Amino acid sequence: MELRGITKRFPGVVANRDIDITVTRGTVHAIVGENGAGKSTLMKILYGMQRPDEGTIEVDGQQVTFANPSDAIARGIGMVHQHFMLADNLTVLENVVLGAEPRSGLRLDAATARRRIRELGEQYGLGVDPDALVEDLGVGERQRVEILKVLYRGARILILDEPTAVLVPQEVEDLFQALRELKSEGLSIIFISHKLDEVLGVADVITVIRRGTTVATVDPKDTTARQLAELMVGSELPSPATTESTVTDVPELTVEHLTLTVPGGRAVLDDVSLTIHRGEVLGIAGVEGNGQAELIETLLGTRTPTGGRILLGGEDITQWSTRRRREAGIGYIPEDRTRHGLLLEASLWENRILGHQTQAPNSRGPLIDRSGARDDTERIVREYDVRTPSVDVFASALSGGNQQKLIVGREMSNEPSVLLAAHPTRGVDVGAQAAIWEQLRAARARGLAVLLISADLDELIGLSDSLQVILRGRLVAAFDPQKVNPEQLGSAMTGAGGEAA
Amino acid sequence: MRLLRRIGLVLAAPVLAIVFSVAVTSLVLLAIKASPLDTFSTMLNYAAQPRTQVLIINSAVTYYFAAVAVAVGFRMNLFNIGVDGQYRLAAMLAASVGGAVALPAPLHVVLILVTAMLVGGLWAAVAAVLKVRRGVSEVISTIMLNFIATGIIAYLLAPGRLAVTTQGSNNLGTKPIPPSGQVPGISLIPGTQAQVYGLIVLAILVGVAYWFVLGRTRFGFDLRATGMSEAAAVASGVDVRRMVLSAMVISGAVAGLVGMPQLLGASYTYSLDFPAGLGFTGIGIALLGRNDPVGIAVGCLLWGFLDNSAQILNLENIPVEIVQITQGIIVLSVVVAYELVRRYRVVAEQRDVARALAATPKDEPALAGGAGS
Amino acid sequence: MSLTNDRAIDSEIVTTSPGAWRMRDWRSVLTAVGAGILLLSAVRVLTSADALTSAGTVGAALAATVPIAMAGLGGLWSERAGVVNIGLEGMMILGTFGAGWIGWQHGPWAGVGSAVVFGALGGLLHAVATVTFGVDHIVSGVAINILGLGVTRFLASILLEGTPGGGRTQSPPIPPVGSFSVPGFGALDTIEKKHWLLISDLAGIVRGLTTNLSYITILALLLVLLTYLVLWRTPFGLRLRSCGEDPYTAESLGVNVYRYKYVGVVVSGALAGFGGAFLAVVAANIYREGQTGGRGFIGLAAMIFGNWRPGGLLAGAGLFGYTDALQLRSAVAVHALLLIIAIALLAGAAWQLWRRRFVSAAVLAVIGAGLLTWYLRTDTLPGQVTFVAPYVTTLLVLAVASQRLRPPKADGQPYRRGEGR
Repeated sequence: MELRGITKRFPGVVANRDIDITVTRGTVHAIVGENGAGKSTLMKILYGMQRPDEGTIEVDGQQVTFANPSDAIARGIGMVHQHFMLADNLTVLENVVLGAEPRSGLRLDAATARRRIRELGEQYGLGVDPDALVEDLGVGERQRVEILKVLYRGARILILDEPTAVLVPQEVEDLFQALRELKSEGLSIIFISHKLDEVLGVADVITVIRRGTTVATVDPKDTTARQLAELMVGSELPSPATTESTVTDVPELTVEHLTLTVPGGRAVLDDVSLTIHRGEVLGIAGVEGNGQAELIETLLGTRTPTGGRILLGGEDITQWSTRRRREAGIGYIPEDRTRHGLLLEASLWENRILGHQTQAPNSRGPLIDRSGARDDTERIVREYDVRTPSVDVFASALSGGNQQKLIVGREMSNEPSVLLAAHPTRGVDVGAQAAIWEQLRAARARGLAVLLISADLDELIGLSDSLQVILRGRLVAAFDPQKVNPEQLGSAMTGAGGEAA
Repeated sequence: MRLLRRIGLVLAAPVLAIVFSVAVTSLVLLAIKASPLDTFSTMLNYAAQPRTQVLIINSAVTYYFAAVAVAVGFRMNLFNIGVDGQYRLAAMLAASVGGAVALPAPLHVVLILVTAMLVGGLWAAVAAVLKVRRGVSEVISTIMLNFIATGIIAYLLAPGRLAVTTQGSNNLGTKPIPPSGQVPGISLIPGTQAQVYGLIVLAILVGVAYWFVLGRTRFGFDLRATGMSEAAAVASGVDVRRMVLSAMVISGAVAGLVGMPQLLGASYTYSLDFPAGLGFTGIGIALLGRNDPVGIAVGCLLWGFLDNSAQILNLENIPVEIVQITQGIIVLSVVVAYELVRRYRVVAEQRDVARALAATPKDEPALAGGAGS
Repeated sequence: MSLTNDRAIDSEIVTTSPGAWRMRDWRSVLTAVGAGILLLSAVRVLTSADALTSAGTVGAALAATVPIAMAGLGGLWSERAGVVNIGLEGMMILGTFGAGWIGWQHGPWAGVGSAVVFGALGGLLHAVATVTFGVDHIVSGVAINILGLGVTRFLASILLEGTPGGGRTQSPPIPPVGSFSVPGFGALDTIEKKHWLLISDLAGIVRGLTTNLSYITILALLLVLLTYLVLWRTPFGLRLRSCGEDPYTAESLGVNVYRYKYVGVVVSGALAGFGGAFLAVVAANIYREGQTGGRGFIGLAAMIFGNWRPGGLLAGAGLFGYTDALQLRSAVAVHALLLIIAIALLAGAAWQLWRRRFVSAAVLAVIGAGLLTWYLRTDTLPGQVTFVAPYVTTLLVLAVASQRLRPPKADGQPYRRGEGR
């Protein structure tokens, strides 16, 4: 399979620019890059879910265009999604054959299907019981079902999107074994990941993508993880603003041995301990899906940890309700503002109240103080430069950047003592971003303790007083933002720095 | 101009639905060789008569409680289909209590009303507890509870338990409520002896309370937030379980009042022919009035008009049930219409805001952080 | 919104999966049925409530089961495709009318066909509203119930007014559909009358199931079997079920989800209409207003009780039909039911005790003892108890067994093509 000069634009951003990739038959070709580098768009193009604006795709020497995934499937391309598309209440067999069922007369020929699934399973080391309910399967087994789905339809080129994101080390090894089997049978595998240690272990060729374009294609035998990390992250890191440190030595938020296990056994948070002092911004770097969201939810109170303690200014708040934590001064800038931070079909001043219903100026006693809320919303609109004709419009009418500015303004307004900021400037234009950063710095100078989670290294380095890296639910490294270099950061985030597969 | 536009948007859906429904009804009328124009004008003429107007208002008063009860649930994304069982059980038990005691006038009435609200609230609480503790959908549980309530009522409404035979008929009813527990009517409409239910006052109070609690209190804010976006409400500190419980209980308590105008203003006893099915009427009107206290009031009057004016159609050999068809179509089409209007409104507002902001120079953004992932 | 379980509220519940039927499941079902018959027989001998297992009761139970089962089957088809259908009652009412109106003029089978068409039209309306226009499934169901009743009354007052023997609330008599009895089982009558333990009961049950079966009953039972075969053994059925489990996955594999949802809901209406046909043609021989008596909802209850599977649904409908028939025929027998349930609960308590589940053992024992006392201290049971039995049972099943219930995962959720994850 060959991609030449693939370019894809979306309004306001160029997702892919001039991508060149050649995949040889019978190899595992890895594509690595950070979040935001353009991997998912490229994938959708490969699979026929999107069409490129420029460039060509060739399969087996023939130029092709895919109008939809069915075209890609017909050409022998199979996609294994990161978020499995499996129906829990149906059996493995049913999931695999759905849409391509073998028939005998009117009946579904389950016997033939079962036989074929067993065959494929043995052939490639992907054994699964065809009559098991998908719901009963572990994550590794579910992935095998996804792969079988694709193989059953005769795929010769497999695209795996972040396949090891949800696997435990043993399952990862099983997967790689299966991939080697597939390779030896002449199938080609495109493996998209950000976990450099694993990629080095299984790939024959690695292509690095950064900021939408192919940066390099390397042979894993000649490359080290650190070199890869540098290619991914780029050799320029923003220089942090040199300001007076405002960090005090009064701990505001302390987390001790926080653990969260999900049914299935995986530790989403694994013995996390940290301390944020008044006037300090603690940044947490890490590729998405390594526990950041769960950490925030546990701190906020919307998830119950399986172990550990949380202390706010010395007081144990582990058992406190979310409302109580909010009233005690924990502010929250959510990662997904439309789901967790705003009521889209309510006016701006009503959204001002959200999260602070029990505090002035929003309410007086049991009543909502409309004029108080409205006045304060207008103040926020002024101070945070929220572009809106009035405070009565629905939140859904604002652009993403202005919505975020409103949220930031709201959360800063009741003099919080701790701010949980998850990707606070995601989807926000540069001007708004700078404004938000200023506000954060000013609040920090006043003594605010901030937990900053972000995928934007500019933001992390520019704002943090101390930096930690989270990987697979554990805090694996701590850095000084003033002194860290890109390879170190990249390695720690992707596990290349000594974290065994 | 913007104000006009807003009013227009608010009214668009219900008006569309009514127009559509009238159109379909006309088609049906034509199919049975009746003239739609004649039918409608007959109904309107009948409605213009003072006596009919009293009947319409009285129906509307009863429906209002049902619709508000349902609306409280809707605001929280809860379907209280159990209004039917709640109000009948409440009416029966309240009637029994009312017939069994003798208190000075205002206290007697209050006792009956409070009993009704308690029973309604408790019956709804059963469904609420099942939902909160066991995750049982309130739709199924309230439907089941409706039937169970019917069974309970049938059991209790027997001689020797709570019922007595009314003089000179086979009708079984609870012990009649003495005058101290009855609510006198109000002569609101001139030109007729018929009086409007005195409890219209209570209906208005309930409407005001509904508006106030939901719109002006913290609790109401939490309730509406949970209905709009449970995720955002949880993140803002709302205890969803408590909210579900409270909302259902309040809904049930208001539902308990549905039978009160009839009970305290006309029949003074709960008997076998006590009106049934008002719960579903409430659902229809709540949808039509979009859970707004004034909208619901208008919807109640419309429904009352349809139900009462239809009686005259008997004289024209047009089946009275034609209005049920109208009502059913209104329910269906109003929901579709609201969805369409909502989509239009979201788009229109975004356009408005963009236009309003275009006046100021824009710093065109390259989106920062995380785009194109 | 899901019709049964809002797992968001109690995310701590860990689901156990019943899984597909295996051999051991068949064995436990047969054991349970055997034990049940034994218990019935024993209590019959104890209380001399012959009606418990008499052929007459069983025959009546079967007749009561059919409309409930058809309504429930309708609910199953719709919900398996992902659309909640609480408008079954309205569709059933339309069916009864269709059967009555056409049936009295053109014969019972034409009536049945017409009932199916009427019901299917109701289903079509529900499908258009929910699938194409995205109306909330519950709201649409409520509207269909209102419309079904209104349209039926309206049409009845136009089309049935002035007919011989009919009027706006009922139709003239419908010619009957034939019935047949499986030959050779008539001799069981004598065995039954001997009142021997177990043997006579079996004789009674078998005779009840094989004599005087209306052709429509047989058709109904075949439909249950057919539903199982189609939905679980054909590609069509797999695709339909996938629409109710995970429509976006189905979409990604090329399934036209809209089409299957339409089919599911229209078939659901047709089945409800068929159930109405049974009521009009076989049970009453006329269309009468109010004939359905809430069976549309009892059918839903049976569907939930049966865990959205045809076999379980039939069992649930059978249970409800049995208590209904018993109540009509013998108060003594109904009273004896109390004893049966009490014994069953106490046995269950003992079993839980043996499994060291003390809390549930205690609960079962207390309830069992309570029912036993109730039995001993009364002579008869008020009719309303059997009336509410299906509804209370459903609530109990939902409340107690919510973890083992397995509704289609995407049941009740709105679906729009192209909006996948």
